[in-house]
Amino acid sequence: MAKSEQPVGRRRFLKGAAAGAAGALVVKTAAAATVEPQAPPQQTRSVPASPQNAQLVADTSPPPAREDPRIIDRPASDFMVDVIKSLGFEYVGANPGSSFEGLHESIINYGDNKMPELLTCCHEESSVAMAHGYAKIDGKPMLALVHGNIGLQHASMAIYNAYADRVPVFIIAGNWLDGATRNNGVNSYHSAQDMALIVRDYVKWDDEPASLGAFAESAVRAYKIAMTPPMEPVLIVLDHDMQERPLPATPPRIPRLTMPAFPVGDPNAVRETARLLLAADNPRINAGRMARTPAGITHLVELAELLQAPVNGGGDRVNFPSRHPLAGTGGAAGADVILNLEVQGGGGPGFIATQRAPNAKTISISSLELYIKSNLQDFQHMADADIVMAADAEATLPLLIEEVKRQLTPDRRRALQERGATIAEVHQQARSVGMESAAYGWDSSPISLARLCGELWAQIQNEDWSLVSWQGFISGWPGRLWNIDKHYHYIGGQGAGAMGYGAPAAVGAALANRKHGRLSINIQTDGDLNYAPGVLWTACHHRIPLLTVMHNNRAYHQEVMFIQQMASRRNRGGDRAHIGTTITDPNIDYAKMAQAYGMYGEGPISNPKDLAPAIKRALERVKKGEPAMLDVVTQPR
Amino acid sequence: MIKERKARTGRKDTFSSILYELFFAVLALFAFVFPNVSAQAPTQIAAPLVGNAQTGKDLYLRYSCYACHSYDGHGGAGARLVPMRMTVERFSTYVRNPRQMPPYSTKLLSEAQMADIWAYIKSLPVSPEAKDIPLLAQIMKGR
Repeated sequence: MAKSEQPVGRRRFLKGAAAGAAGALVVKTAAAATVEPQAPPQQTRSVPASPQNAQLVADTSPPPAREDPRIIDRPASDFMVDVIKSLGFEYVGANPGSSFEGLHESIINYGDNKMPELLTCCHEESSVAMAHGYAKIDGKPMLALVHGNIGLQHASMAIYNAYADRVPVFIIAGNWLDGATRNNGVNSYHSAQDMALIVRDYVKWDDEPASLGAFAESAVRAYKIAMTPPMEPVLIVLDHDMQERPLPATPPRIPRLTMPAFPVGDPNAVRETARLLLAADNPRINAGRMARTPAGITHLVELAELLQAPVNGGGDRVNFPSRHPLAGTGGAAGADVILNLEVQGGGGPGFIATQRAPNAKTISISSLELYIKSNLQDFQHMADADIVMAADAEATLPLLIEEVKRQLTPDRRRALQERGATIAEVHQQARSVGMESAAYGWDSSPISLARLCGELWAQIQNEDWSLVSWQGFISGWPGRLWNIDKHYHYIGGQGAGAMGYGAPAAVGAALANRKHGRLSINIQTDGDLNYAPGVLWTACHHRIPLLTVMHNNRAYHQEVMFIQQMASRRNRGGDRAHIGTTITDPNIDYAKMAQAYGMYGEGPISNPKDLAPAIKRALERVKKGEPAMLDVVTQPR
Repeated sequence: MIKERKARTGRKDTFSSILYELFFAVLALFAFVFPNVSAQAPTQIAAPLVGNAQTGKDLYLRYSCYACHSYDGHGGAGARLVPMRMTVERFSTYVRNPRQMPPYSTKLLSEAQMADIWAYIKSLPVSPEAKDIPLLAQIMKGR
């Protein structure tokens, strides 16, 4: 009873209980460390004394500050995530960098790493090239975060590719803007007075907002500019310190994104174009980076069928179905009216005006007329044309179709049908020639590229497939053998012809295909992969299903031919053309490379008879949702 | 007189010219019908070049012929070489002064080496036709 009469203050009771628990915890931890069981310490019960004055003060004073004053519960970068979310980004690719650490943290915690989800990239070039490939499938930009100066310089080649390919990419680069507060060393190395200058020649717009409100406005404006034809990359340089400041109680307004109606051709020019096309004996349509959306293909098919005109669909987008009877040049007869849709460049040195009648009329519809920069020469030569419309070709096609319908008489329609039958015959002949060519070297080892593409087609033709690599280095075999008729069936090439684009663009495009359950195929050149192969790990880490089939010709093969040609012109022969151009001694084992990154890899495969079973095995992996690679040793082209 | 002589001389020249042209026309016809013989000089019969296919294969690879024509001559960036339809002499003449591909002078490749390369190409197997490859036949039927 006497014990129970002792006064015990609540705080002291709690302190005692806490001390006991801590003691038990210490004993448990130690036991775990030493393995040997130890006797629990003896419990001692002390008699509480009357509270001293100091104790009273301690017990009645306000508790000490619970948190470090440096803690910011609601940083400004959270608001930046709100802005980013308002623009509907699905993914952000980044190689981590301290200049954007505030935004990085907000994306993964405040933003719950959703919309956008952060993708770990092993190189900034991969981040941007992934965004490049993603946009070609999804039709909208992906976000790429790059480190101040160094990350932006790593990313620069990929930005230029996207720029030349007219593809929107949204890039944010970190910077320590305030020279008074930035540290010496790396922070200073990674800061710039005008960081966007590094890539200004090949981004459509850039800004370095000095406040949160300015950031919101700049971000929305940048998105709008990137997505207005001609679509291009944009860059926001983001101050490091601004990301870390507390968010004001009333955050700034996020402007509403309203996309402009895209520019269309002048009605009089459209009318005259329709008249010329209908009156032509041998019109021809050339399409460059024309189809921005699936509707672009539908419109072009309708126009071509109305006119019964052949369509050269180009190699940069899927503009026209590859097996449509009007696909191709339409034969040897010189075209008397040529309609160029987003076709870049005209006749320069070495240009041969084949398949063109002497007095042919040329019409050009291109958004590139609205926008040009001066330094980099990607705009190429000026094209001679009789009618030029500074307009978006896809947006103009419905107007042109309506005008053609309005002017088309029943008699003319009958005459055009006859022409269409001839063009269809030429198309069929071209297909037959292509098929005969595919047979050449069918059983060769190394494996012919026609065989590689034929074996692939046999196993994907009944799937919802997507070729996420360029076919320029594989002699265009998919275009000759496969039925390419959907916008995601092919993503075209690099843009500026810079290597290192292929693998990351394929991963980005496969990422965009993933939510649709599409089967993504990457026919991957060996030289390209070796620029930044870490993207294979990114594909594995983020479970991006993609079949990569190596076109392993063990060379930067184009250059083998160029050096050989150069040496022969100088009467020195081509027996040293391999020096500096081939990737042999040792041969690279790409299956092992894939395996090292955690990917299913098989090969090298040199016997064509081994190819089909290997494709089947790899596709089983991809259909389960993972990337896989086959290393196929191939003929040079 | 001078004019007459000239005129007579002219007739004689015309007659000679016809004979001369007729001779070469027959020669050209002969060359067309017998192309292997036509490449030889009419007054001197050279020994036919006989190449070594194995040596030719080494040269084919060393001089990067494979780069444009593939390892077994079925083409790529360059023309298909198989089946080789040119004579060795015609082949050599073409490679010395081609229309598109890089030229290879006698400084770079001797006539004997050219014959070796020709022999290698000549030895390469011809591919099956597309209609005899089931996969290609199936693709051709596809729409």
